[in-house]
Amino acid sequence: MSGDYFMNTNINITNSEYDDLISSKATKSSLLKNIIIAFIVGGLICCLGQFITDRALDFGIDKEVANTISCITLIFIGALLTALKLYSRIGKVAGAGSTIPITGFSNSVVSPAIEFKSEGFIFGIGANMFKVAGPVLVYGITSSVILGFVYYLIHYVF
Amino acid sequence: MTYLFVFITGGIICAIGQVLIDKTKITPARILSLFVTLGVILTFLGIYEPIVNFGKSGATVPISGFGYSLFKGTVKAIEEKGFIGIFTGGITATSGGIAAAIVFGFLASLFAKPSLK
Amino acid sequence: MKVGKQTIKFETLPCIFSTSSMVGPKEMQGPLASYFEQSSNDIYFGEKTFEKAESKMLNTCINHLISKNGLANNDIDLIFSGDLLNQCISSSFAIRDLEIPFLGLYGACSTFCEGLLLSSICIEANVAQQIIASASSHFCSAERQYRMPLEHGNQKSTTSQATVTGCGAALVTNSKKLDNGIHITYATPGKIVDLGVKDMSNMGAAMAPAVYSTIANHLNDTDRTLDYYDLVITGDLGVHGSDMLVELFKRENIDISSKHKDCGALIYDTTVQDVICGGSGCGCVASVFSSYIFNELKNKNLNKILLIATGALMSPLSSYQGETIPSIAHAISIENEVK
Repeated sequence: MSGDYFMNTNINITNSEYDDLISSKATKSSLLKNIIIAFIVGGLICCLGQFITDRALDFGIDKEVANTISCITLIFIGALLTALKLYSRIGKVAGAGSTIPITGFSNSVVSPAIEFKSEGFIFGIGANMFKVAGPVLVYGITSSVILGFVYYLIHYVF
Repeated sequence: MTYLFVFITGGIICAIGQVLIDKTKITPARILSLFVTLGVILTFLGIYEPIVNFGKSGATVPISGFGYSLFKGTVKAIEEKGFIGIFTGGITATSGGIAAAIVFGFLASLFAKPSLK
Repeated sequence: MKVGKQTIKFETLPCIFSTSSMVGPKEMQGPLASYFEQSSNDIYFGEKTFEKAESKMLNTCINHLISKNGLANNDIDLIFSGDLLNQCISSSFAIRDLEIPFLGLYGACSTFCEGLLLSSICIEANVAQQIIASASSHFCSAERQYRMPLEHGNQKSTTSQATVTGCGAALVTNSKKLDNGIHITYATPGKIVDLGVKDMSNMGAAMAPAVYSTIANHLNDTDRTLDYYDLVITGDLGVHGSDMLVELFKRENIDISSKHKDCGALIYDTTVQDVICGGSGCGCVASVFSSYIFNELKNKNLNKILLIATGALMSPLSSYQGETIPSIAHAISIENEVK
């Protein structure tokens, strides 16, 4: 123990030094393992989507409709797994592998809906359903309209 | 063979997302917005279409594929309806997914109760 | 009486007469399970929402503290209580029907020590004789206010901590009731320290400098060294934050690691309980002190401790606005034998 009677009360470290110290002490998440799991889970979800599309095509359904059927089915599966409290468990392990596929979008719509039920139908479920996934629609739609406008200018005006 | 391409394409897109989450402190919610916007931009630039032709569902199931559908729908509507298509095309093409998410979310909230695992 | 720069010396020796604790199911799977007085297997505590559950838990805990000491509600002069939720609702609703004067506190996870400190001041000033200091937190109510929905599938950062579902209440009295003689001798309210940490999932590291500042000031003001204390107990730095605290002391050539324990690391078994770096939340230090530590003091296994509760004073709003995390730590010197 110190013989230091009067301690230095000023913290002798700059913000950036402290930041470096934090980085050096924090446990690193094992990037390689995370990437491999994300790759496998993400790949498998996409294969499931392909499988559903192919079965729909087998029935002679039009390609675009088949894609939509696949999309809706995956969203249903994501919603079901969320309601059964399984999706959060998958997400804990798979990370981006289960966040980025459309099932993850479904999870981000369904999970706040369940969570905010306690505040009622309007201000709870209704107002909070897109609390997490709302930005996806905002930026997806906004960027598609802006670039659609640019596309229109290029192809029809000039 | 198709499934291998699907698996690899979908896997790579998700792996890129994982690297961003682990390396840059971008939260998963931001990753989703980033990927959907990138999907729109890459489709506009004509880069995403070849990826979809190669990876099929591997490129359409990830959220960037949502951006792909949005922009592809916009282009289709512009070609069919002209200027108004800029506004109607994107959501028309993705309406199935959006409606499904809303309805399933609502139904799930009726039956499920949040709790600890 | 003020001593030194920022420390209060209590000459009337306010006494922590009794404590009571209540926790949820996950805490009962942890290493301190046998010390908690009350618990619930139901994360809802029989209520309909998590917020009501937290209030119910705190209400049960306070009622138990009053009744087990043979007191009635009107024997209590004042309650200091706080929690993590907006507008302090857990405390307000827990205390709504008790008909005891109530002063609500917010100090994030430092609330419990803030309450003990204010209680001691009131005892010292002889404006009240029997005061309850309490604090609570609930994993699910905190999660939905601060983070993502429970069912959202995401990975937690390797530095994150899990909010404890638990609460603790302490009955602070004047020293005329000298049954066990556990006294609050000094208190050092902390200054806000902010070393620019922005990461809301690394609150332990954000708070460690505040702990350093408070300990250093406390020791200077009281002319003590770390040797004086049997144990320095921090509230909720977690495993990673504790490492950071050790590092900060190392830079001053002081080894605190042998004297230091952290409530966030004590309450869970971090190797198996899926809590990453341990517990956090107002209820963490409140429940651990009110059970395990008070027990150790009573049994004289510990005689002189410095209890430091730490608070990360940000909100989700301030974080989204790009603000850093202002942190605070309040220290209370609790001693068995007083010369």
